[in-house]
This record gives sequence, structure tokens and C-alpha cells, in this order.
Amino acid sequence: MKVKKLDTDILIIGGGTAGCYAALTAAENSSASVLICEKAHIKRSGCLAAGVNALNAYIVEGKTPSFYADYAMNDAAGIARYDLLLTMSERLNKVTARLEKMGLVILKDENGRYAARGNRNLKINGENIKPLLASAVEGLENVKVLNRVNIIDYAMADGRVAGAYGIGIEDGAFYVIRAGAVLIATGGAAGIYKPNNPGFSRHKMWYPPFNTGAGYAMGIRAGAEMTTFEMRFIALRCKDTIAPTGTLAQGVGAKQINSLGEVYETRYGLTTSERVYGTVNENQEGRGPCYLKTEGITPEQDESLMKAYLNMAPSQTLKWIESGLAPSRQNVEIEGTEPYIVGGHTASGYWVDTNRATTLKGLYAAGDVAGGCPQKYVTGALAEGEIAALSMLGYIRDNEPADIPEEDIALHIAEAEKFTGGNNSLFTTEQLEEAMQTVMDSYAGGIKTNYRFTGAQLEIARQKIKQLVILSGRLHADDPQELMYIYELRERLTVALSVIAHLEARKETRWHSFAENLDHPEKSSEFGKKFVNSRLENGEIRIILRDITEGGEPYEHSDR
Amino acid sequence: MSIAIDRNKCVGCGKCRTVCPGSLIKLDDSGRAFIKYPRDCWGCTSCIKECPAYAIRFYLGADIGGAGSLVHTEKTDGILKWIIEKPDGSVSQIDIDPKESNKY
Repeated sequence: MKVKKLDTDILIIGGGTAGCYAALTAAENSSASVLICEKAHIKRSGCLAAGVNALNAYIVEGKTPSFYADYAMNDAAGIARYDLLLTMSERLNKVTARLEKMGLVILKDENGRYAARGNRNLKINGENIKPLLASAVEGLENVKVLNRVNIIDYAMADGRVAGAYGIGIEDGAFYVIRAGAVLIATGGAAGIYKPNNPGFSRHKMWYPPFNTGAGYAMGIRAGAEMTTFEMRFIALRCKDTIAPTGTLAQGVGAKQINSLGEVYETRYGLTTSERVYGTVNENQEGRGPCYLKTEGITPEQDESLMKAYLNMAPSQTLKWIESGLAPSRQNVEIEGTEPYIVGGHTASGYWVDTNRATTLKGLYAAGDVAGGCPQKYVTGALAEGEIAALSMLGYIRDNEPADIPEEDIALHIAEAEKFTGGNNSLFTTEQLEEAMQTVMDSYAGGIKTNYRFTGAQLEIARQKIKQLVILSGRLHADDPQELMYIYELRERLTVALSVIAHLEARKETRWHSFAENLDHPEKSSEFGKKFVNSRLENGEIRIILRDITEGGEPYEHSDR
Repeated sequence: MSIAIDRNKCVGCGKCRTVCPGSLIKLDDSGRAFIKYPRDCWGCTSCIKECPAYAIRFYLGADIGGAGSLVHTEKTDGILKWIIEKPDGSVSQIDIDPKESNKY
């Protein structure tokens, strides 16, 4: 493989929401050189490719940052980091103003103030939000963007993260990037569980199918402490198109009803997980299918919904038009998605300190890959990108970059060349991916078991995933893109093993559906005060239970 | 969901290939775009909004209830027009002014 060596003050892995904003922050506050590595192209990569329907995290007039932090703590049933939630919340409005300055259209009232949607949300036209962020970044002198370079691992030196390795999926080159500090901003993980529609439309999922948990996996392998992988995110979505439901529920006040026409959402509670759980339960008890009650809304509301969905999930509008049944004429059927691991909605990810430093020296985390801070959404990811960037600037002032050992480079190149060398693999990457999804679906609480699991099932899942890890070591790639697919599969397998260990370790059911442990079907007061964290030590996942502090006390943050 | 690219309309500019978040679109030997991994499309429609020749359509897979309607966008005078062609030949159009916020 052709080797390309690069040097930068700050390396940002992943040019999505958090990564782009971190680059912007670094550029505006320093003359440090910044390199963004993005496996697609920053114009439309990450969660915001199709757009977003609203800004879901904003401090509306009359509310305070602690109001938002309290809301998120409550929705997570107490398993979240108040310090992270508060520092994020304090920046939500500032980053929103910045987005507007970049050109984002935000709905205003007659007095020129933002028009709120409920207690926390702003209405926008978010179709072009990612191109706006990308063009803000592309115009910066000190920021370089490397599109279509897939980062596969951290480069470790002197006990710290000293850069990263990547493979160009168009040029096929092996990249060795030395950096003063590294930000991981690769997003969460989809595709670990079997999706709703595993056939032709397997990628018609809510979370980006291209977010494969790379950042989680790199951290796990390098021995970073990770948190709360057991708090999976399962979204309540429009059937088939897997389009968001919040626009219907909040926009036109559509209630969740069963096939008898009964409003059931109030019977189960209104937290994110309870809305999913209620739907699962109604179906199980013979009152399915479930719907959002939209019949009877006005033609004007129909039209507005059609437009709103085109600006974020166009498939839903296509479905309405194709069937000739607008939401006013037919209730919208809903279902739960497969579980995702996504720290922007739940609390899964890197265990970070208040400055978003991970437990690995030189490595910072922001956005969906950073744990402990649920309900961050777009603006929270921007806020975290800002916090992390400022912390990194401090770090590079105080620390010299480390040189990456040649023998470590050679090891990583040898691994990549093993996959592209002689082909004696019986299996394809796609076959192993489907095998992984089937295992997770059947034994680790997927759609098939209504998200429920037992310890005995998790043990089977663990053994089967370990077998797939072995098989994945023998896969073959014909070109750099197929090589990326092998690395992506291996990332997902790594994350799957951590998810299994975390689900096993939380011996309670704190959140229905998200972690429905049939051996421990109730909440436990003991686990209600604990984070389930983990670290890979000598190839084994070690579980670490950490106390949840009261009143904003700082958190244990070992290894630093 | 996936996309269909009309080879005869493609002008070979490569913009769809650049923007695809899954790197699923490639150029063939004659420099025209094709989707190499149709099952892996997320349905984000980024490529459709880029295409200057209106050569790309997206559709719902039959497994999620798709009935063969094809969607593309055209941008004129700052208005993003979503054009949906149904199999019976009828056409629906929804115009979106990017300067207008969602109502919901």
C-alpha cells in the first residue's frame, strides 16, 4: 500500500455535526492547524444528510439551562451526567444563533423572536443544515478536509493517542496522521441489530447506516473507559419509511392509538422509552397495529406535513402521495426500530470529563460518540464540539506531539494487506454482517424478542459474536471500499460485545424496551445510583460500576 | 428505498458521486454515474438535489410498500420543486421555499 504521512495540530475524526463545529471553533480561537478526516464527503455526511425537522434542544424564553438538564435526567431515569448536561445546555442558544448566522432558517414570531415548538424546540427549515455547516468549514484557512478517508484506528505513542491511521477509499492509500490532539466525532452505531426491513430496504433506517460505531470500537480497543452501552436507543417511527414521528405528535398533536381507537400512550407514560414500550405491548396483547391519530386534520395541515417531511425524511411524503392517502385520510402506522447505540439520544459512549476529555490522554469526544449526555440532538452536538475544541487547544499548548512508532505503523499496514491479499475466505463481509444482526436480534433483545432478553440468551449472543469475530479476520476485500466494509463489520462486532456485556451487567430494567432484562424486570434502587462502565483489559471486558454523584459533584475519571 | 440513474441523461459531472454519504455511486468506463450498491441507499436524496441533468429518481422498495412512483427535484428561482411521477402517468409537485420554516 502506498503510505501517506500527514501532520496536524488537531485531528478531527468525522466531519459531521460535532466535528464541523469543533473545526470552526478551533479555527476561530487559534491558529492551530486542523485536519478533518471524513469517510464520505462533509457536504452531506453524518446524521444530517437529508436534513432535520427541528432544533430539539434549545432553552426557550422563561426556561433555564438547568430546566433542560433536568428534563434529560428525567427522561433517562436518572442515568446521565448532570455536569455534561448543564455545560451543554448553557451553550445551546449560542450555537443556535450561530447556525442562524450561517443561513439556517428559524421560524420567528411577529416580534422577531424565535417561535418555540413546546418547551425545548425551535421550528426550522433544516433541509440544508449540513451544506451550511460544511461551507462554513470549507472557507477556513487553517482547516483542511480529507474526504473519503476512513480512519481505522488510533495511533498510540507514549501512552497517549498521538494520531490515527486511515485508508483512502478512493486512492487506496494508507494514511498515517500525527496529531497534537485528536477529537473523535464519528457518531453512533447502526446496523448492529437486524433492521426493520432486512431485505432490499435494509438501509431504510432512522439512524445513518453509514455510522458503524467506528469511534466506539477504536476507543474500546485502545482501552478507553466507556459508559452506558446498555441504554440502547429504539426510536418510535412511521412504519416502513422509518421516518420520525415527533413532527406528527408535536406538530398536529397526534396521539398514539391502538387498533380499537384507544389512546394508549397515557397508560404507559410519555418518556421516549415508554412510548416505544407501550406500542410493543399493545401489539403483543392483540390490540395492534398502532397508529398516530391523524385522521381529521385539515388539508392545510396535510400540506404542511408533506413539506416538513420532504425537508428531513422525503420517503414519508412519497408514501403519502403514492398511496393517495394523506395523513388526514389515514392514521399513520407506527413501529419501533431496531436498537441503535447513539450517545446523542441516550447516554452511550466515551466516559468523558466535563471538558470532554476521554480517559485516553490526547483524545477528546463530542456528539453521538460521547457518553453520559443524552438528548443532545443537533445543537447539543455543536455545543460539545465547541467545548471539546477549546479543551484541545489547551492541551496542545501544554503537550508536545508524540512520534508514532514505525513498528505500529507496519502492524496496521500488514493487517490491511492481509485482507486485500490472497482470497481464501469462504464467507463474504455481507454474510457475516447479516449473521451478526441475526444473533443480536435473537439473543440480545432485538425486534424479534420485542427487545427483551435473559442472561442465558446474552451468553449465547456473546459466544456467537466471538465466533464471528474470528471469521471476520479471514475476510477478503478486492478494493479499498470493500476493505472499509470489513473494518466496519469488525467495528460493529466490537461494539456488539460491549453492548452484550453492559446489558448483562445492569441487573434491573431501568428503561422499558431500551434494556428490558427479563431476569430483572423491575427497577433496582442500587443500580439507579450507578453508571455501568467498562474497559477492555487483556482482551476481556471489565465492568466498572461508578456512583452517580449528587448536586453536580465531579466524577471519577481514572487514567488521566 | 433506492435510486435509479438514467444513463442517457447523465452528463458525467460526478456531483452525485461526491456527495453520497455512503460512497455508493461510481462512474462507469464511459464516465457516467451508476449506483453500485442499490441495497445500501439510505434514501437521503442528496444526489438528487445535486444532479444538474435531473437524471436521478428515488423510489420506495416493494418491501416497504413502494408502488413504482419516482421522485426527483428541480431548483428554479430559488424554489426546490419535488416532482413525483406515478406509474399511471400522473405527476404531483410540491414546491418548497428554502427560506420558509417548517410549520411543524
